[in-house]
Amino acid sequence: MTDTKLEIGHELSSGGLTTTGTGSKVTKVLGVAALVAIGLQLLFGLYYSGPEVVQGEAVRLFYVHVPSVLTAYLGFGITLVASIIYLRKGSQFWDLVAGSAAEIAVLFCAFTLFTGAVWGKPTWGVYWQWDPRLTSTTVMFVMYLGYLAVRRLDLEPRVRSRRAAVLGIVSFLNVIIVHYSVDWWRGLHQQATFGVDTKLDGLMLFSFFLGLVAFTVVFAWLLIHRFRVSWLEHQLRLARLDEALVERRAEGTIDGTTGAIS
Amino acid sequence: MIRDAVLIAKKDLRIEFSTRVTLAQILPFGILNLLLYGFALSPDLKVVGAERSVLEQVAPGLFWLAVLFAAIMALGRSFAIEAADGKLDALQMAGIDPAGVFLGKTAAVALQIFLLEVVLGLAAWVMFGPPLGSAMLLVTTVLITTAAIAAAGTLYAAVTAGSRVRDTLAPLLVLPVLTPVLLGATLATDAAFFGPTSDGTPWLLLIAVFTLLFVGVGMMAFGSLLEES
Amino acid sequence: MNGWNFVIVGYSFVFVGLGVYTAYIIRRGRTLSKQLPPERRRFLG
Repeated sequence: MTDTKLEIGHELSSGGLTTTGTGSKVTKVLGVAALVAIGLQLLFGLYYSGPEVVQGEAVRLFYVHVPSVLTAYLGFGITLVASIIYLRKGSQFWDLVAGSAAEIAVLFCAFTLFTGAVWGKPTWGVYWQWDPRLTSTTVMFVMYLGYLAVRRLDLEPRVRSRRAAVLGIVSFLNVIIVHYSVDWWRGLHQQATFGVDTKLDGLMLFSFFLGLVAFTVVFAWLLIHRFRVSWLEHQLRLARLDEALVERRAEGTIDGTTGAIS
Repeated sequence: MIRDAVLIAKKDLRIEFSTRVTLAQILPFGILNLLLYGFALSPDLKVVGAERSVLEQVAPGLFWLAVLFAAIMALGRSFAIEAADGKLDALQMAGIDPAGVFLGKTAAVALQIFLLEVVLGLAAWVMFGPPLGSAMLLVTTVLITTAAIAAAGTLYAAVTAGSRVRDTLAPLLVLPVLTPVLLGATLATDAAFFGPTSDGTPWLLLIAVFTLLFVGVGMMAFGSLLEES
Repeated sequence: MNGWNFVIVGYSFVFVGLGVYTAYIIRRGRTLSKQLPPERRRFLG
């Protein structure tokens, strides 16, 4: 944790729109807010709030588990919307937003699965159960790993972006179908086990909502910065393309006036 | 659009007929799958007090797994020729409706998958031997599931077409998507064999909705997927 | 079973994960910025 704080603090102090960092004034504020929120989340989640009657200390995992999955859904939702806009307008901006949101959402999806497993061991007695939510979240995780892989395909950038956008839309529809089918499938055998006998007192609820706020702010910060990295990559690609054009023009292989390859 | 679809389907099937990859390679691969499942689960394995062997009980699921894996291979070939020559958008330039291309390719793949299902189904029935309950439910399940795998598979095959990593990426993309189809087809087939038949109907509806969704999305999105610049 | 060890493992995974990912993004952003001429470093253009 301390390492992260130092890293972010250092970044924030050197920020600025056109310097070598990835920060700007607004995101500096956002970064500080994210750090404060995480600090509070840890304090309340691990120290101020108490154990729960049925689950014991394991209830604390809820305060990161549920916010993680909601953040993941938020991210995949943004990918869906951005993909639709990209297909309509064809602007690079929305393609990069879609990719950035998906990557972060996949990360939060991994957090969800991991905290779900370590919550399951003390509560259910096993790390994995064919619980509908756990199962469909895992399928969603794999599905979006595939989406990220498509974003790295060895194709022409615009072709790749367009295909990724189609996938970004279809994947979200799939999440819904997979969720219902798995729910239905398990419904034949048992009821969903999640949080059935859980009674959260005031401080526990507060810790939970704090986790929600903290992860949303962290998500926003990550999304902006991940987007900026993608944008820089894009600019770099364009810059290299320009250089190559200049070189080839100097060699006389390209018609200087029209830029057409002769 | 329908005319274009028929044109594309005919072309794909003609190519398939001249190379015979589905018949000579993918079908044997599917049967090999069934054999391997038998080795892995052992035909003598039986739960204490159970009437049937484990292999017999899980036969519906194993059959659909074998179909899925074989279908993946057939789907991988669906765009092989156009993509290799960089001719994905040539079809469009030739004035063929992208929705027609999608439907045609889906139909061609569906026909191949259906062929696989018939042979693999017979093989699974002979090898694992569950008694058939409702033939009607079984046939309906097979038909709807074929359409579902073909429609979703064709859409995803187009996403990875022309890439060098196609062979590894396409299964990763399409198998999680087909989760509801595998679940539904397995349970409906299970109902067709061991009954009651009414247990299968809701699953058939689910697969039908899935198919409609993918046919719709495929027809709308295929233009974007085929463009090559 | 009090479950504290599971809580610690879960929290560590999440927050170390976040830290590592954040550090990766920041480092990558810096490296890329340095390779670009200043006038192209604008993020939204």
